[in-house]
Amino acid sequence: MSQFFTLGVMVTVVASGIRLATPYLLASLGETIGQRSGVLNLGVDGIMLLAAFGAYYAALKTGNLWLAVLVALGTGLFVGIIYALITVSLHAAQGISGIGIFLFGLGFSDLLFQVWVGTPLPIPRKLPALAIPGLSDIPYVGDALFRHNLMTYGAFLLVPAVMFLLQRTTFGMNVRAVGENPQAADSLGVSVERTRFVAILLGSSAAGLAGASLVLQGGIFQANLTNGLGFIAIAIVYFGAWRPLGAMVGSLLYGLVQASVVQLKVQGTIPRGASDLAAMAPAIITILALVFLAGRVKAPAALTRPFARH
Amino acid sequence: MLVALGESPWEGLTSLASGAFGSGDRIAATMVKATPLILVGAGISIAFRTSVVNIGGEGQIVAGALLSTFVALAIPDVPRVLLVPIVMLAGLVGGGIAGAIPGALKAYTSVNEILSTIMLNIIMLQFMNFLLRGPLIDPLEVEAGTRIPQTERLSDNAALPTLIPGSRLHLGVVIALFAAAAAWLLLWRTPLGFRLRAVGHSPAAARAAGIKVKRHVTYALSISGSLGGLAGAILVFGSESQRMVTDGSTAGFTGSAGFNGIVTALFGGLHPLWTIPSAVLFGGLLTGATNLQRVLQVPAALAVALNGIVVIFVVSSNRVRSALEAMIQSRSEFNSTSPTDEPEPETFIEEVKQA
Repeated sequence: MSQFFTLGVMVTVVASGIRLATPYLLASLGETIGQRSGVLNLGVDGIMLLAAFGAYYAALKTGNLWLAVLVALGTGLFVGIIYALITVSLHAAQGISGIGIFLFGLGFSDLLFQVWVGTPLPIPRKLPALAIPGLSDIPYVGDALFRHNLMTYGAFLLVPAVMFLLQRTTFGMNVRAVGENPQAADSLGVSVERTRFVAILLGSSAAGLAGASLVLQGGIFQANLTNGLGFIAIAIVYFGAWRPLGAMVGSLLYGLVQASVVQLKVQGTIPRGASDLAAMAPAIITILALVFLAGRVKAPAALTRPFARH
Repeated sequence: MLVALGESPWEGLTSLASGAFGSGDRIAATMVKATPLILVGAGISIAFRTSVVNIGGEGQIVAGALLSTFVALAIPDVPRVLLVPIVMLAGLVGGGIAGAIPGALKAYTSVNEILSTIMLNIIMLQFMNFLLRGPLIDPLEVEAGTRIPQTERLSDNAALPTLIPGSRLHLGVVIALFAAAAAWLLLWRTPLGFRLRAVGHSPAAARAAGIKVKRHVTYALSISGSLGGLAGAILVFGSESQRMVTDGSTAGFTGSAGFNGIVTALFGGLHPLWTIPSAVLFGGLLTGATNLQRVLQVPAALAVALNGIVVIFVVSSNRVRSALEAMIQSRSEFNSTSPTDEPEPETFIEEVKQA
């Protein structure tokens, strides 16, 4: 255990924790926007899987990482349109529609992978780390915080961006109004359907990026690559009380726990089998946090309620 | 989808159908695949009718399987006529506990049950992996050094008897059919079922009629979970290997029955009896897809993708129908489909009183 608390190891854990937090952060930021508009999209995991495969395939065939990100973004956008049509335009139950999207993504990404790729090959290159000049030379802190890839930087820069979007723009105000009281928003001339549609698309695009980050950081695709990461991202939204900063804290928590488990495993500090128990920790923490937070923070009042105008 | 993969759709369909129902063995395989779907589907129907969304089928199946495995390891020498019912009961209890936790959390601390059931899926998966790699691992695997994460072969006294000698059709299929009938009886022929549906219809009206809403929400998820747990016990003691094996994922053990059961229930219109033909259809899809993979080299993952599409179509078409109905009636200016709304509370209370 004492080996774990040396500075060098801590820096490694923090650095990889931040890197591992990236997909959680991207997905939960997107889901935050959607839920603030009153839409609980349970399909995040499926969207991530489809987008992850898209990014993987593009990177494998062309080696172009920008193209890979673009493909993932497009996939997220496309699936988002389908989900929005079902839940917003057809007023279908959000939760179950999301499970449908999840199952479709789970099966279809695996199907395409087996038919088009077959053997799991790593992509030619992963996202390179970019050292920020000056800051990255600070001892320890530089290595932990300022030697990451562009997607990680981007994800963390999105936090203030989403805060600004939700709090300081007309669109953000509409999103919050539609999520709290769609009837009132509707009577004031805000289009509930259009606002939710756009919020869903922003969320699904972010989920697409989250899928891309998973592949471009890890370098590989496999069936059920996300392993429930999308569902945890949804829990992080609750955990973060529907605020971008809260989502960041939750994502970092998950990233750091995951990095610590990996580190302890590498060092052989924890015995065989105990790492399975350690992997239970985030889920237990989440449930406890949900119990603690329930009643203390208020969910968007119209969350999961389809809106139909008559 | 087959066309997109460059295969003839007709050939695909015929090999799917022949793979599912083409011979006695295949029908038996389909029924065995349908068994957990019937159970989980019946449970999901009860939960959804109470307006509780149970996504925790996977975890509940694992919980039931683990508890029944424990019991079979603890008392392997009990005679078969007793041990089979005992391990099935253990499955019910295990799944029931895994359902009661998110149920009580929802009822008494208003924790969203979708999230807590998903978290419990993760917890149960890791717990299963821990047990099968550690404390419960087959001593022979340790001796051989292969360390395949599986339990030892469990007592033959706990094995579900086969119905037709030489086939894989076992008693679990019959148990599932009875359970589905029981779920139907419970929902539509008992006061408890009436109260559950009342809570699902409108919690506020149910509360006004004196129904203890919180308690019934907990009941609904517990019953739903226990049917999942029973499916887990049947998966263990109906399997040829008579043991629990993990490949590191829940799907490896459950065959995703926890999720596919949702599809089955929705396709069956959330009616426990209609869940049976629906489960046979999806069980057929699963066995048929395996055949498809053999004949046309189309991955069996096709079945999972198709399930997703089915869900999407069912939920949107239901909505289309009810949206049309709502338009014709145009009862109110704003029609939210949320269960917390109160459609005609007076008539509803009348109904409750009459029961």
